[in-house]
Amino acid sequence: MSDASLTKEIEDAAPLAEDLVILDGVNKHFGALHVLQDINLTIKRGEVVVVIGPSGSGKSTLCRTINRLETIDSGTITIDNNPLPAEGRELARLRADVGMVFQSFNLFAHKTVLQNVMLGPIKVRRQDKAQVEARARMLLDRVGVGSQADKYPAQLSGGQQQRVAIARALAMEPKVMLFDEPTSALDPEMINEVLEVMRQLASEGMTMVVVTHEMGFARSAANRVVFMADGRIVEEADPHQFFDNPRSDRARDFLSKILAH
Amino acid sequence: MFDFLDLDEYDLFGAFWTTIQLTFFAGVGSLIWGTVLAAMRVSPVPVMRAFGTAYVNIFRNIPLTLIIVFCSIGLGQTLRVTMFTDGSVDPTNYRLAILGFVVYTSAFVCEALRSGINTVPVGQAEAARALGLSFSQVLRLIVLPQAFRSVIAPLANILIALTKNTTVASAIGVAEAAALMSEMIENEAQLIPIALLFALGFIILTLPTGLLLGWVAKRMAVKR
Repeated sequence: MSDASLTKEIEDAAPLAEDLVILDGVNKHFGALHVLQDINLTIKRGEVVVVIGPSGSGKSTLCRTINRLETIDSGTITIDNNPLPAEGRELARLRADVGMVFQSFNLFAHKTVLQNVMLGPIKVRRQDKAQVEARARMLLDRVGVGSQADKYPAQLSGGQQQRVAIARALAMEPKVMLFDEPTSALDPEMINEVLEVMRQLASEGMTMVVVTHEMGFARSAANRVVFMADGRIVEEADPHQFFDNPRSDRARDFLSKILAH
Repeated sequence: MFDFLDLDEYDLFGAFWTTIQLTFFAGVGSLIWGTVLAAMRVSPVPVMRAFGTAYVNIFRNIPLTLIIVFCSIGLGQTLRVTMFTDGSVDPTNYRLAILGFVVYTSAFVCEALRSGINTVPVGQAEAARALGLSFSQVLRLIVLPQAFRSVIAPLANILIALTKNTTVASAIGVAEAAALMSEMIENEAQLIPIALLFALGFIILTLPTGLLLGWVAKRMAVKR
């Protein structure tokens, strides 16, 4: 298994203690709504950070600011020592290093599964087509949809589509992966197949930011849980400490509502 | 009944061939320029968006006859635009007519295409940007291919309208089908058979276009 590891390059490349993503004093408004308020968050290389919180707390927005799908009003975001550039070529280059998985999969509907995975490496990285195809097929096998390579996204189940989306992001060999509620649009029985892929990725040392409502995943796979409410980071803690003994009232209230039954 | 149809005297097929040529060149030109306009209208650059919006709102609201006549009198006779011909009237007006059709029809192509762009879920464009694709790559590789597929039927409508609109070129003396029809009606005094003949000619041109493109539209539809 190790020679086919998805994140081998990253494990080889850097010491684990290095800070990969740094958000410093980030603010954002949607009109009058102050959706991100003085967010300070540092994500270390190889760390899995799970962001949880009630709807409308700004956690998806936070996730989307990291590759500038949402712009910010003030503060700085740094990825691998490079500040996030403005729109343009520089930004595209940086985004290529940041994988993103969306709630609604967002596969390219007019391209086959294999073409979806190959597009980025060929068009952005200008890599050799034969090599890209071999790697794409390997990735599709790893996420368990290798036999669907020539189908179109609409022919796949939600869980399969989301695993393709993960493979598509991994094909770029990203430094960090962002997951924006990756299982929220899935039928319950498909959630696990996606979480299993993510868990495997986490265990291989991929740096991950995961916005999710899956508390089981947060508990078992996260290095750190970030709890957000009303645009602020209310609590940051080790998952066991957070779930068993939350410090803030807001987190206790939130957990009592979702873990009650 | 069809004794007026002296093919030695009237070049019926030549006239319809000119109609087909006008339609073809104007169609290709409108498709290209209309796509550029649509790209401008969805671009993040405000100046380009403003230009695209202004262009569409100006040219789709001016009567085609006016545009064609202006091309001939304004561009051809006053400004001496020769459109890379030797400057003689017939080829110049033929090319100016094509220019006029492109200017007019591209506004409609742009709007059809823009409605197609709106059918592509915005998440796909976001996913493409998140992979590191540039704005033009997102448009070329992800958005426009799907947009085109969803607007083949409306584009067929525009193409049919263009085919019939080419008759306006007779106003500046281009020898296409409608020009020949006027000439024949004047000479032969058999209005109804001649009109029917030309109506049939246009139906023969446009009906297959509509049917073929309707079939293509069904086949190419993107499954969601």
